[in-house]
Amino acid sequence: MEPTEQTVDNGVNVGALLEAREALTAAPEAARFQWRANCEWKNGTHSHSSVESFFGLGEEQRHRKVFTFNSDHPELFASEDHGATPVEYVLVGLASCLTAGIAAVAQHRGIQLRLVKATIEGDMDVQGILGIDSDVRNGFDGINVSYQIDADASREDIEALVAQSQKRSAVFDIVTNPTNVSVTVK
Amino acid sequence: MPDRLTTVVVIGAGHAGLAMSRCVAERGIDHVVLERGEVANSWRTERWDSLRLLTPNWCSRLPGYAYGGDDPDGYMNMAQVIDFIGEYATAISAPVETGTTVTSVREAAPGFRVETDRGAWHCRAIVLASGACNIPAVPKLAGDLPNDILSIDTKTYRKPSDLPDGGVMVVGGSATGTQLAREIHRSGRPVVLSTGEHVRLPRVYRGRDILWWMDACGLQDETYFEVEDLERARTVPSLQLTGTDTRETLDLNALTDEGVRLVGKLAGLRDDSALFSGSLNNVCALADLKMNRLLTTVDEWATKAGLDSTMPDPHRFETTRVPNRPPLTMKLCAEGIRSIVWATGYRPDYSWLHVPVFDRKGRVRHNGGVVDWPGMYLMGMQFLRRRKSSLIDGAGEDARDLAAHLADWLDGRGQSA
Repeated sequence: MEPTEQTVDNGVNVGALLEAREALTAAPEAARFQWRANCEWKNGTHSHSSVESFFGLGEEQRHRKVFTFNSDHPELFASEDHGATPVEYVLVGLASCLTAGIAAVAQHRGIQLRLVKATIEGDMDVQGILGIDSDVRNGFDGINVSYQIDADASREDIEALVAQSQKRSAVFDIVTNPTNVSVTVK
Repeated sequence: MPDRLTTVVVIGAGHAGLAMSRCVAERGIDHVVLERGEVANSWRTERWDSLRLLTPNWCSRLPGYAYGGDDPDGYMNMAQVIDFIGEYATAISAPVETGTTVTSVREAAPGFRVETDRGAWHCRAIVLASGACNIPAVPKLAGDLPNDILSIDTKTYRKPSDLPDGGVMVVGGSATGTQLAREIHRSGRPVVLSTGEHVRLPRVYRGRDILWWMDACGLQDETYFEVEDLERARTVPSLQLTGTDTRETLDLNALTDEGVRLVGKLAGLRDDSALFSGSLNNVCALADLKMNRLLTTVDEWATKAGLDSTMPDPHRFETTRVPNRPPLTMKLCAEGIRSIVWATGYRPDYSWLHVPVFDRKGRVRHNGGVVDWPGMYLMGMQFLRRRKSSLIDGAGEDARDLAAHLADWLDGRGQSA
């Protein structure tokens, strides 16, 4: 290991990640994960979601505790604004996924991070969700993520970090590529 | 007919199989090269008409043979490649049995039994040199194409006039996809090029072919045990290069300048519409970053080698211009797309190999070409032993290494790769 790598600490255990990658290459069936969330309607557009269990490494797993999320819409939609809108959760998911990736890749490449801040903007024409114009899509028509990064690395190396984190990001993939979604009623 | 006996059977008389033939012959090892068609069969029958090697002529070096013509910086067309490999087979007196298709290879201790449509062979060792590009790797979603759109892979495609008039979507932005996008677009069929990750390179940098740089600075000789991520190195897309008289660069900017429309990686076909990934910006950014990293590597090498005063100064190329809002969906019929060309790569065909040497993805398990089965060897695969392994220029050193291992194994000596 190069001496610089020993002094770089972004709080990411790259050794453990690389070991996991090796173990899962040897036993790919253990790499099958299932992520879950539960959602319950409260009132109006307010719902309450929680995540706790997931499946991975061949067995049921649990978060350290139950994490909960209120989702609603702002008052200008005649809602009570009990929480972030669902589309804002998507932005949070994308930003936090890319940011986690930046930290992991930086650690792997021996780059010390001092500050990583992202501003993420999703543009939307609400004529779609309001059913005003069927030619307007419901979802974002574009997402812009802007990073401010202070690190012991050249601008080119920092750009490479950001590019690699997109390449390995689950949420980036989910947002940029179609996914089959099946919704049923019990 | 009783089985014929030999020590080594080499399957495939392309440049890789012939290089191996030469190297085992030098060691006095009795062998035969089985070839389903003629020497250089894939080059004869499975390539499009205008294809030229993407490596310059001086790069065509094989054990005991090299390009001797008067255009070392040119790029061979298919007729010249076929002649070159044919002349090599003659020059080394390779024991090639042409018109002999291998139908099965099984263990037959000690060694292997090789069945062909012209009788069977028994041998102690076997070399798989049947190539990496046997079966077009067309993605499953091709099955969702509307029936009225012609779907053609690059093993079948020969020339633009094979396609109906009208728009064409070329899927794949590597060497093949970019070359076909250009010639099809120039034929008057407007092209949409769908690209995922790709490897961008200039044809010429500071007055030299990029392959000259990669060869000179030692990059092409990097070995499979030195490279940081071997899995990645073995699956990285082909270099976005083309061989032309004018030695021009064929990158996405050049295609955009000609009017080819860029879209992201094809992600799905639904209701007669194509869906593209929104990652086009990032795959282009990655390709630009990687190209610049390579150019920095060769610049540093040039400085160290004292060459800076003898050639033009280092410079960088324009970043890839990505459309402001590349389309995410395209109604194929409404856009006038009449055909889709799948330039999505190839995989090898081992349907005849009945020895359990495959990993879970159907790839032959090997360590630098020494297959995970005593007496079996592999040639001609991407990054088999070194970065240049898949090139004509890489076959020689791989063949020398593997022939040495094979000879030791036949003698009951060393087993390390």
